[in-house]
Amino acid sequence: MNGEPLLQVRDLRKRFGGVQAVFDVGFELRRGEFLGVIGPNGSGKTTLVNLITGFVKPDAGQVLLKGRNITGKMPYTIAGFGIARTFQMVRLFYNLPAYKNLIIPLCSSRFKKLRGGRYGERDDVAIELLDDMGFERDSLVPYKVAGSLPHGYLKRLDLARALALRPEVLILDELFSGMSMSEVASTLPLLEKFNQEGLAIMMIEHRLKELFRVVDRVMVLNFGIKITEGSPAEVMASEEVKKAYLGIQVELE
Amino acid sequence: MVATSVHRRKKRLDRGIKARTDTIFLIASWKDMLYLLLPRMLPVAILLVLPVLVKGYWGKVLVYACIYGLLALSWDFMAAGGLFSLGQALFFGLGAYLAGILNYYLHLPPVVTVPAATLGGGLLSAALLGSVVRLKGVYFAMITLMLPLLFKKVIETTGAFGGTHGLPSLTPFPSELLTAYLAVGGFLGSLFIFRRVINSDYGLVLRAIKDDDRAVMSGAINIYGRKIQAIFISGAVGSFAGALMTHYYQFLGMSVFALDYSILPVAAVALGGQGTFAGAAMGSLILVPLSESLRALGGLRIAIYCGILIVSIIGFPEGLFHYLARKYHQFERVVEVK
Amino acid sequence: MTLLIYGIINSVILALYALGFSLCYGISGIANFAHGAFYILSGFVAWNFMNAAGLPFYLAAVLAVAVTGLLGFLFYWALLLRIRGVPLAELIVTFAAGVGMLELLMWRGFYGMRYSLPLFVRGGVEIGPVAVDYQRLCVLTTGVVLVVLLWFFVHHTRIGLAFRAMAQNERTALSIGVESDWIGSLSLALGSALAAVAAMVVLPLGMMESAIGLEVLIYALAVAIVGGLESTVGMVAGSFIIGFGQVAVARYISAKWMIIAPLAAIVLVLVIKPSGLFGKFKELEERV
Repeated sequence: MNGEPLLQVRDLRKRFGGVQAVFDVGFELRRGEFLGVIGPNGSGKTTLVNLITGFVKPDAGQVLLKGRNITGKMPYTIAGFGIARTFQMVRLFYNLPAYKNLIIPLCSSRFKKLRGGRYGERDDVAIELLDDMGFERDSLVPYKVAGSLPHGYLKRLDLARALALRPEVLILDELFSGMSMSEVASTLPLLEKFNQEGLAIMMIEHRLKELFRVVDRVMVLNFGIKITEGSPAEVMASEEVKKAYLGIQVELE
Repeated sequence: MVATSVHRRKKRLDRGIKARTDTIFLIASWKDMLYLLLPRMLPVAILLVLPVLVKGYWGKVLVYACIYGLLALSWDFMAAGGLFSLGQALFFGLGAYLAGILNYYLHLPPVVTVPAATLGGGLLSAALLGSVVRLKGVYFAMITLMLPLLFKKVIETTGAFGGTHGLPSLTPFPSELLTAYLAVGGFLGSLFIFRRVINSDYGLVLRAIKDDDRAVMSGAINIYGRKIQAIFISGAVGSFAGALMTHYYQFLGMSVFALDYSILPVAAVALGGQGTFAGAAMGSLILVPLSESLRALGGLRIAIYCGILIVSIIGFPEGLFHYLARKYHQFERVVEVK
Repeated sequence: MTLLIYGIINSVILALYALGFSLCYGISGIANFAHGAFYILSGFVAWNFMNAAGLPFYLAAVLAVAVTGLLGFLFYWALLLRIRGVPLAELIVTFAAGVGMLELLMWRGFYGMRYSLPLFVRGGVEIGPVAVDYQRLCVLTTGVVLVVLLWFFVHHTRIGLAFRAMAQNERTALSIGVESDWIGSLSLALGSALAAVAAMVVLPLGMMESAIGLEVLIYALAVAIVGGLESTVGMVAGSFIIGFGQVAVARYISAKWMIIAPLAAIVLVLVIKPSGLFGKFKELEERV
């Protein structure tokens, strides 16, 4: 539907000491596309996220957002352009009430540009967003100190914080790890809804069953190299992927 | 423990006036209102009356206490954003020198020099420390420790702005009372503004930077810009204190970059408790009069501050203010545990 | 030629100042802001051994190093034990303790011409057109020997390896049986003993004054920032940059501006590479 790719990644490279964490990885992401990234532990998935979002400076390669080069820009600049991310190990402000966690992105200039957030308005926006996320507005949950919430809530809070930026690209780094089945089941439709509204999502995940149900395309990394990319069915059939995941049985319903 | 002895523990109960969170209160009567207002208004009222009542030597102590208090507040504000400074003397000295230079060489009256020094000191501080805001924790502290000492050295060796002799006979404030009210007003004003700011969304972002700067960055917030803003605000308050001191003393010397002005604010905050500003204010209002009454010990003063600092950090990390606030808001009773 | 020789000597002096500080930080992550105080304290301890107890200088110097090391060790158990792992509390406490020590020394009247340590050897030698006294050569040798020894110690001995393990990951080190508190206190003992060694060889060149303590701390910090903490090579490089910078400034501009050299070096390095020239701070490299 839209010819121009939203996010283009070209030949990214990063070496940490003696380890080639990411080597010549490139891909494209279009508006409203849902890309899954899988790979064994240590295959460079999180590094890839860090490279795209500016937390780590690439040795070589380019990242383009809507044709504009954003390689090596500061993380906050990149986030301001509309690439939001969640963290594998949730990074939240544990001393603050849950809804106050969302105030941080709501204070950014990006949000002001989009909505003109005024004083006092942000609390309402935050609570509304959390309500969508399953933190019921009339319960005590959104007002509790984040540190006292169970892990599944923290993961969703992290997601809410990324969504609060109203991003165009959303990068999820193992969002579902540590979530219960029911939490995953309630979060997935939400992601799909945003996806249908045009949000491009790149999702790194170890829970393949859930992942394959929602994504359009899957990219497989191993030892920092992209082995293959294609529809879930194609990827499942690939010999190389089986080799990489040796011993792991993946079943599709 | 012997088997027959009764185990006891302290049971703490919040007073019923607190609703939902720490900051929202349920007020049902005048008594409740008084309960909340009294600890806030009483110290303010006392401070406002004191300049009229206290004259002479203790009037001087009051001014000092407020000036040091301003420095402690400015320290606490930076610390709220995760910027730990060991060189508050930098801000103080910049303000003092700016005011002194404007007054001595250009003969400007204090009405001009004090605001100019406040603003200029803030800008200079932001410019000087702005280049190193990317450094965290220990590294940042190292730089802040070095800067005032280097300034002192430069003035000493180059003889600029009076060098070791300083600039004498600067214009004093018109009256003692005005000085006292300037100091007290600036002190209370900063205290009030800082407390408001830190609880606003702006302050929330600042506190979040201290907690986890990566998470703040992923929220599309330019953390370095925010930090520089915090340094500017804190630097302006510190410079105001310095400018005040210069005109009060009617003399400007290298000593404004001395360690006293770096150590005392930290000691005050350590004693009073970090993060609320009320703790910083309380700490300096205790420490300064205390050290004045120990004046006979002369050179030992700084050593005593250091002692208090160490003892309060190791032995009483919570700080006086947090301790008192807890006692005030909670019932405590000892109950038996079976 | 003068520039070269005095530059080298000046740099080695700076390296000696910084050695104990960087070692301590590298091992246990404690930035010992009382480093300068330990430096000057050891001088006074040695002076007292000589003038109050009447010991010969060599013996007094050895004793002073031992005593300072012991003080560093006790310093950890007395003050740092309860706040270990909170870097800013550690920093504030060590700084306050250092300043407190210096002020106490000042208060006890330890300043002025009376207080100085004797030279190891008198006389000097001419290297080409430049006259260098033996004491400065002594400083040079000590510096080189210490750096080499340290490098060997950290890289090739059992306890040194334990130190390195500690520096890399405290939790993991704990789980394989490295005792955090012992390492912490040993690092402090070692750091302050090294400060004392530096004091023994450098102090005879001038007067003793408690104000020097702060100066030593500042130089140690400057070297640490320029070279990046926790890297021996970085430390040596840092001291050479600042050392030569100072001598060059003193020669070509004016001795008055010597103090500018470390500041300029710091600003320059920070602009180029925030983690210090040889810093291994991945965190900083990741621009956090």
